Amino acid sequence: MTASQPAKITPTSTALAEAYWEGCRQGELRLQQCDSCERHQFYPRVLCTHCGGDALSWRAVSGRGLVASFTVVRRGISKAYPAPYVVALIDLEEGPRMMSNIIVDDPQQVAVGSAVSVTFQPWGGDHVLPVFELARVDS
Amino acid sequence: MANPGEALRGKVAIVGAADTEVGVLPGRTPMELCVEAALAAIEDAGLKRTDVDGLLTCNAMAQPLMYHAEAMAEYMQIFPRYCLSVGAGGGTTFSVVHHAASAIVTGMADVVVIAMGDSLRSSLTRDQAMQVQASTGHPQFEQPYGATVPAYYALIAQAHMAEYGTTPEQLAGIAVACRQHAARNPAAQMRELITVEDVLASRLIADPLHLLDCSLVSDGGSAIVLCSAERAADLRHDPVYLLGAGEGHTHEHISAAHSLTTSAAREAGQRAYAMAGLQPTDMDFAQLYDCFTPTVLVELEDLGFCDKGEGGAFVDSGALGPGGALPVNTHGGLLSHCHPGNPGSMFALTESVWQLRHAAGERQVENARCGLVHAQGGIMSSHTALILSREVA
Ligand SMILES: [Zn+2]
Repeated sequence: MTASQPAKITPTSTALAEAYWEGCRQGELRLQQCDSCERHQFYPRVLCTHCGGDALSWRAVSGRGLVASFTVVRRGISKAYPAPYVVALIDLEEGPRMMSNIIVDDPQQVAVGSAVSVTFQPWGGDHVLPVFELARVDS
Repeated sequence: MANPGEALRGKVAIVGAADTEVGVLPGRTPMELCVEAALAAIEDAGLKRTDVDGLLTCNAMAQPLMYHAEAMAEYMQIFPRYCLSVGAGGGTTFSVVHHAASAIVTGMADVVVIAMGDSLRSSLTRDQAMQVQASTGHPQFEQPYGATVPAYYALIAQAHMAEYGTTPEQLAGIAVACRQHAARNPAAQMRELITVEDVLASRLIADPLHLLDCSLVSDGGSAIVLCSAERAADLRHDPVYLLGAGEGHTHEHISAAHSLTTSAAREAGQRAYAMAGLQPTDMDFAQLYDCFTPTVLVELEDLGFCDKGEGGAFVDSGALGPGGALPVNTHGGLLSHCHPGNPGSMFALTESVWQLRHAAGERQVENARCGLVHAQGGIMSSHTALILSREVA
């Protein structure tokens, strides 16, 4: 890679979140689930934000969700982000909300409430990030 | 419910206020702007530099300093016994007024200067500008997705539109009203009147936000001086009393907000009204944080000026403009007066002082007695509402 090649922003790494990123590299979206109250949470933390419990286990989740809100970025944050692209908040089936991109040819197809499902994209280095696609409508 | 603000209500007053020129000011450092504003505010109060024993500032993006307030005190050669630089983004200004009032009432300081300045327009390097954009958001779970600052606020606008049927035209109406005020303010950076059509015809930045839904990028500094109501009675100008102050803090990252369309401005407002013993209908004007048009929409609702979901209709009613039922951002706001970053709300504060002194010239709100100022920092994260009045009663 040359120095002039624009690079995407990569996530800083922490030991706690390693299971999340390892899941992404394996094509699996993982969330923390509380051993006590069994609720899921995102982002990863040392406590359960629902009951305060500190016993948390990583679980693979469905990767399905609904668009809580979205925007089409028309002026990219850097050359590594060619506009237009969709930044969205996704409400996952298991409860937590996360930010991501929705990968779509025509941003006009995205709406609040759209069903989406996870997919994974290389992000530079050994980083792999979860992004979303519009769920296929069954006919 | 006990009134937690009883000890503060009406006990502290703003006795000095000053802005530097704002807009495009090449060659002036943020510290110079900050000091210039502070000296002018002290002069406005009829006090001396050596009377100041409390100093509150915020850092400047274009000239970051590890200990900003100490650096400013050193520059001015004042030696305060209460000295602090605070970082709560756009919400810093009113949060520190709350703190300054507490410091005065508890005897930590007698005369407190709050001073802020930055030169985002002229001094920010390309790298610093990029850093400002890229450092907003969670470094692991938000930033990599490339949301710009307008994009984060666009998420709020889009959610409000989906939930309540708010339209881009109604968002645009907020920018139009701010510009109408700015047209009457000789100090404002942008004074040429605009229409809803102009806003919608300006280029899309992050759907549904157009360029004219976004605040300005400016240079400027601003400062106020506070002291006890007792001492204020002997000073040069009519005091502007702090009757209410309330804060609300719900999240840092927008993906962790419990609601996209209702903010902690609600709690901040409720706490400020309770302390003041006043209601939204008692306010003669409101200065509402307007980094992007949707923030004003949500704040109008959360601060009780209209019902939840009715912000768009309230804008349509013409309430926000000059002579309206609730003039909003009578100086022009961040959208039209100036926005040098974290100091942005200072100008809403100094404007409120001039309105309540009945010294706001052509843009004076007739018989203004009481006003609410609100600011938020982060992405609708940290909220403070203040209620100011020319009367203690
Ligand atoms: Zn739990």
